[in-house]
Amino acid sequence: MEIVTSILSGILFATGIYNLLQKQLLRIIIGTALMSHGAHLFILTMGKLKRGKPPIIVEGVENYVDPLPQALILTSIVISFGVTSFLLVLAYRASRLNGTDNMEELRGNENE
Amino acid sequence: MSNLAVLPILIPLLSGIIAALMNRKQRAVRVFSTIMMLVNLGVTAYIGWYVFQNGPVILETGGWKAPYGIILVGDMLAILLVITTNIIGLACVFFAPKSLSEKQESFYFYTFFFMLISGVSGAFLTGDLFNLFVFFEVLLMASYGLITLGGEKVQFRESIKYVLINLFSSILFVTVVSFLYSVVGTVNMAQIADRVQDVEQKGILTTIGILLFFVFATKAAVFPLYYWLPKSYVVPNPVVSALFGALLTKVGIYSILRMFTIIFVHEVDLTHQLFLWLAALTMVFGVVGALSTNNIKLIVTYNIIPAVGFMLMGIGIFTEVSIAGTVYYLIHDMVVKGALFLLVGAIAYLAGTSDLRKMHGLIHHYPVIGWLFFIACITLAGIPPFSGFIGKILLLKGGLAQDQIFIVIIGLITSLLILFSMIRIFIQGFWGEKDESFQPDKPKARAFAWPIGFLVFFSVFLGVGAEFVYPIVDEISNTLLDPSIYIESVLKE
Repeated sequence: MEIVTSILSGILFATGIYNLLQKQLLRIIIGTALMSHGAHLFILTMGKLKRGKPPIIVEGVENYVDPLPQALILTSIVISFGVTSFLLVLAYRASRLNGTDNMEELRGNENE
Repeated sequence: MSNLAVLPILIPLLSGIIAALMNRKQRAVRVFSTIMMLVNLGVTAYIGWYVFQNGPVILETGGWKAPYGIILVGDMLAILLVITTNIIGLACVFFAPKSLSEKQESFYFYTFFFMLISGVSGAFLTGDLFNLFVFFEVLLMASYGLITLGGEKVQFRESIKYVLINLFSSILFVTVVSFLYSVVGTVNMAQIADRVQDVEQKGILTTIGILLFFVFATKAAVFPLYYWLPKSYVVPNPVVSALFGALLTKVGIYSILRMFTIIFVHEVDLTHQLFLWLAALTMVFGVVGALSTNNIKLIVTYNIIPAVGFMLMGIGIFTEVSIAGTVYYLIHDMVVKGALFLLVGAIAYLAGTSDLRKMHGLIHHYPVIGWLFFIACITLAGIPPFSGFIGKILLLKGGLAQDQIFIVIIGLITSLLILFSMIRIFIQGFWGEKDESFQPDKPKARAFAWPIGFLVFFSVFLGVGAEFVYPIVDEISNTLLDPSIYIESVLKE
């Protein structure tokens, strides 16, 4: 099972990187979102899968899954959500101001 | 008493929230921010004194025992860097009202500023790898807010690049932390260091170490990962540039220093050879960039990069003398880079342009700014008796003792070229004929000179008062080279 999820997160990373290298702003942001999905899946995999019941204390259950990676993922999810929302607004403003969403056409004078 | 360790994080955090709530009363916010920075500097200075007397302050947050909760470790290195951060923060608070427009200031500048200070202090003080990631995000989020403050075209273009590169390296950081967790089963730095010795597969640990180094090298602008830095530090307001240039890259260097003196200390041949090569390339490319441009802000920004190379060189040589040199150079570089960014911001404002070819004879109008700039220049280049000299002499001594002749030569040539690139601004901008038609803005220059003079005074003190500072730095480098001191003080076995 860990092999399958590792390959899946690898594919997510690859598609994320491919999208990061595009010219359109929105595709770049989609790329970052895919990469963070890959990273989160990776944390879950690294905590080992299918070891027991969900980490909620119930009478009579012996084996629980590792709760720490879940806490790490939860933290990481909200952080990347915040950054992605900021990035979307930034991309919107930049494209409105410049009249283009192509990264290579964003201009501006530095010596002002 | 161990609660002292959380105060440098808590005071700016609360100040930022209160500053956001009273945002409509701009003058009150200014006064409040200044007072809170003074309070924070006083508190951190007291903590520094306490640590100097009684050893490191270690706080187990929430009362959980050492490896289970988040640990804040206020050892001497961390506290010294937090004090330096607050000195720069104080100068920036004084400088901010003079350089920001009303509109920029009312868009929650002080809130972002306090969050940045809080994040940087947290990154220096934490003893937990994932918590380090969270504090990185706190300071990066604040820096995203600051870099877009003002909202001009060029700022948007550069800040998109800045946010993307930092987001990428943060995602990589999380991935590497999960790698390390799967190998050693913990994210507490001291416990990782304890368990790394028992892991059989040394190869995977070296891989993780180099991956972590690449994450922090992206934050610290080491060759070949520095390409995002120069322009994104030029476009924001001078105060923001000063905060970035003085603090952000140094957090990356500090993290590399911590990782490779506590955790990854068993297979040093490969990693430290890599560091030395990268340090040499970083110095060369940074200086070439500084010589290539006529924009004074860009010259100073490119000078961040060779300084990072110098610090990496000290980590790469890895003896007591060279680590002491790295720590000394770190503190000196924070202060002097803050002063230089404020100076070029002031010069660009006063001259009305940041193009070197369009300014001359400024010394007739602004003598105080001119001489402050001259002192800052020779401090940066490392002329005795100023502070850059002591850090560099320790680094070069460490290099010669280890027979690393090549990197020593590169370092010396780099110092010369740094001096040349900076003094060019002084010669072309300040010397020359007096321009009679030029209308000087004397009161503004006087207002700019105070906070800059404060920082320049500190950097001169670091050099002239070296016998006060050097014993502390020497002790820090001794504790850094013996990771068992750190591990035992945290885990209390």
